[in-house]
Amino acid sequence: MDFLQPRSWAEALEAKAAHPGAVPIAGGTDVMVELNFDKHRPEALLDLNRVDDLAQWWTEDGRVRLGAGVSYSRVIDELGDTLPGLAMASRTVGSPQIRNRGTVGGNLGAASPAGDAHPALLAAEASVEVASTRGTRSIPIAEFYTGVKRNALEPDELVAAIWVTPPSGPQQFSKIGTRNAMVISVAAFGLALHPDRRTVGTGIGSAAPTPRRAPDAESFLAGELDWDGRRELADSVAREFGERVRAAASPIDDVRGTAAYRLHSLSVMARRALAWAWHDYQRAA
Amino acid sequence: MSTPATQTDTATTGRIGDSPLRPDGVQKVTGEFAYSSDLWLDDMIWGATLRSPHPHARIRSIDIGAAMATAGVHTVLTADDVPGRNRVGLEHDDQPALADGIVRYQGEPVAIVAADHPEVARQAAKKIVVDYEVLPAVTEGRAALDPTAPLVHPDGNLVRHLRIRKGGTVPDSAPVVVSLDFEVGMQDQAFLGPESGLAVPAEDGGVELYVATQWLHVDQRQICQALALPPEKVRLTLAGVGGAFGGREDLSMHVHACLLAMHTNRPVKMVYNREESFFGHVHRHPASMRYEFGADEDGRLRYGKAEIVFDGGAYASSTGAVVGNGGTMGLGPYRFPVVHVDCFGVYTNNPPCGAMRGFGCVQAAFAHEALMDELADRVGVDRIAIRQLNGMREGDENITGQLIDSAAPVGELLQIVNDLPLPPAPTGTRDLRDLPGGVANTTHGEGVVRGVGYAVTYKNVGFSEGFDDYSTARVRLEITAGEPVVTVHTAAAEVGQGLITVEQQICRTELGVERVVVHAKDTQVGSGGSTSASRQTYVTGGAVKAACEAVRTAILERAAAAARTPVAGLRLDGGKIVSSSGEVVAALADLLGAEAIEETVEWRHRPTSRIDPETGQGDAHVQYAFSAHRAVVDVDIELGLVKVVALDTAQDVGKAINPAAVMGQIQGGSAQGMGLALMEEIIVQDGIIRNPSFTDYLIPTILDMPPMKIEVLEYADPHAPYGVRGVGEPPTISSGPAVAAAIRQATGLALRRVPVRPEHITGTL
Repeated sequence: MDFLQPRSWAEALEAKAAHPGAVPIAGGTDVMVELNFDKHRPEALLDLNRVDDLAQWWTEDGRVRLGAGVSYSRVIDELGDTLPGLAMASRTVGSPQIRNRGTVGGNLGAASPAGDAHPALLAAEASVEVASTRGTRSIPIAEFYTGVKRNALEPDELVAAIWVTPPSGPQQFSKIGTRNAMVISVAAFGLALHPDRRTVGTGIGSAAPTPRRAPDAESFLAGELDWDGRRELADSVAREFGERVRAAASPIDDVRGTAAYRLHSLSVMARRALAWAWHDYQRAA
Repeated sequence: MSTPATQTDTATTGRIGDSPLRPDGVQKVTGEFAYSSDLWLDDMIWGATLRSPHPHARIRSIDIGAAMATAGVHTVLTADDVPGRNRVGLEHDDQPALADGIVRYQGEPVAIVAADHPEVARQAAKKIVVDYEVLPAVTEGRAALDPTAPLVHPDGNLVRHLRIRKGGTVPDSAPVVVSLDFEVGMQDQAFLGPESGLAVPAEDGGVELYVATQWLHVDQRQICQALALPPEKVRLTLAGVGGAFGGREDLSMHVHACLLAMHTNRPVKMVYNREESFFGHVHRHPASMRYEFGADEDGRLRYGKAEIVFDGGAYASSTGAVVGNGGTMGLGPYRFPVVHVDCFGVYTNNPPCGAMRGFGCVQAAFAHEALMDELADRVGVDRIAIRQLNGMREGDENITGQLIDSAAPVGELLQIVNDLPLPPAPTGTRDLRDLPGGVANTTHGEGVVRGVGYAVTYKNVGFSEGFDDYSTARVRLEITAGEPVVTVHTAAAEVGQGLITVEQQICRTELGVERVVVHAKDTQVGSGGSTSASRQTYVTGGAVKAACEAVRTAILERAAAAARTPVAGLRLDGGKIVSSSGEVVAALADLLGAEAIEETVEWRHRPTSRIDPETGQGDAHVQYAFSAHRAVVDVDIELGLVKVVALDTAQDVGKAINPAAVMGQIQGGSAQGMGLALMEEIIVQDGIIRNPSFTDYLIPTILDMPPMKIEVLEYADPHAPYGVRGVGEPPTISSGPAVAAAIRQATGLALRRVPVRPEHITGTL
């Protein structure tokens, strides 16, 4: 196995172009597990840790450009207020050591349906900046996930950054695991209220072949919420929202949980997350 | 004439009852400690194992050609290359070191490879072509007893059936009758240090094996049989052990590494990775249990009936002894006038099961404690009261008719945990980490209901049913650089529990010498017995004490002769011989000079006896240890997630030789028991392990385990050295049932299976 170690983003793109089978590695919290369990044997590893720009974030035109190599710890410490949903999701990733190493870009590269960042990114309607020696393009997050552990990257492309608009309203993230820390998700749910455009964003994790939104639940809720008056949320609306989120999922039974439990827990998480988000919205008035 | 110096008892610190730091403690917390996986020789090569993908299959042929032809490969070996009898096993030698014709579980070793590099060895192993004829498999414990079930071994699927019949016929009825069925899943020891060791060929045609294990001499016996070598040519030394919990009592890579080393004449290292480790050791037996208790209107027990089936998997390992424990202690620490117990251990094509902390009692406790709660509810008394009413007391006979001839504080332990302050009811905004789900943010209090549960247990200490359970200690006293130094040499395995510290403390106490060197654990001294059954402080501690006494007697006699004074009244303290009046008679340095005094003692506890095969009556066990737990849980009843808020305990330890180590054992044991109640399960479907990784085999984290209140009683057992009682296992037994009971109380659900999954609580299986 070759070990490629570019020192700049340009070198990284050239290396990826020359070695399309090379697997990018940043924190290694996912890639190394796959290697250690002998699940994959890539022709090369493309180490992105020496590409300094990748581990930076900044705000540009009112949006956050989060470099693919920014660790979860830094998202929590530096972006907790700016990107609350993603920060909440980041807190649920692994252990402190894993959060110090693991990156949002890595989550996107692996594109596991269980990746913790995905529901928050879906709810926030993020977009993914991908690049190759051929140029740069932007992929809406909902189009990024194409199958189980597959994404929209071409073989010569790398994830450069994630663009997220700081929210105009409250965000929530909830994740089910069968212990109280350091656990892979059995089901996860991200919610973002967008009062500026009176829409709702959702994201479902671990309950379908890919992370996905719940569009029907989003449009239902956007129409039911009293955006201006901020009146109390009817319990029936919260429950219906939960049911519609549940209906958007298509989970399987596996060792981590049953499909029935995943569906049930999604409806509960969606209902509760909505109650918390709406409460925050009311208080913000 | 000068005034004689005087000596006080405080001259030597780190005696029994103190908590000196463990000598390996700093190394372990700083990452400097060398575990067996760190063993290294510059000229060593690496071994790898090819394992069966099938739970049950006949091997038609094995083609090693491509593997042998791989660059860097030194040799590939199969059953044909085992020079001795190709059978190993703790109680029955029923397991081939390498499969010979049949594989009986997924993961059974079929062939081994030695190569220059571990990766080369692993890749070469994949090139071995094995032609399997897949056979029907039996993969459920009760199904194995069906006469039509596929046979795992030619003599049938029953490993052991233990019967206990006491007090005559079970009555047809009683004023109150409660019954239940209960299932316990397969728990793993989940030790962090994977199976590993280094075998070095010796010039005399023998082999030196450095390995992480629990019992050097039982390993040696099995290796000798497989290699057809005498014991003096198979020399074992304990390497750094990264946890054991029963999972290192059986062999793993031992014979394989020795075979490869002897065939290649090179040192061979083998290290399993995490996935292979799940196939490399035995697990806790899954159990299927049916219980029925009859009682008076006031809850006083009239009879207890139980049928317990332990799934032993493909090879016997210690299934027979697990049946012995699960049967003889299967009704818990209660008084039963009439008893009817049937306990079975069976072969299946599931992964082999054997020793794990709590050893048969863990499974049974979930059933008898759930049933005692049921009885309390039916009778209308509280759950402490029902246990105190029926709890065993000193002077009682247990269900095998054995007299409980030292403390049996069932009622008192329960009272203590009941009287401990309960955690306050939550108020205001709660930290997510205190709620079910933690920072995963699934509740801010919605759906959360608190429950409290209790459990009590008793567990035997040491080996039972007539086993010749002894330990050997060699203690040497000499003067080094002008200072007295004691060297203690036993083969008793230090697996993290702190035995080396205990050995030092005993030597300091008995010989009054500060500096105690613990010799490497190896087979150059007699057997120390197994580091299991909560027995080493008792048995090896007893052996070290006895060896120290022999050394002390020799020293004092010599001092008495030199000083022309009676030996009575002399004692050793602070490196000096001191008279009863406190006068220093002689310094050890002067008395010994260049000479050493060394004594080796083989020490045995009181003998136990076999139980009657028809009635199960007999003095099966040497000692019983008691503990009780109270668990407080918050359950999110809508999502089925659990946060254990408190897990408090009281335990009688006889005498705390090292109070800090006792606390560590109780905390760790309690966490392991809680893990089984909540999350720890190897999921086996049709004989295939579905979750061989720490991603999906979950063990409690620091956010799952609450801080504990621990009350330690010290009711000395007059029959045991210093009055000690085994400590390590009882907490693993009573903690889980207390947690399960607390979840039942919070949810109102029956919950007759552990681990309790969110699906059980939410009805979404």
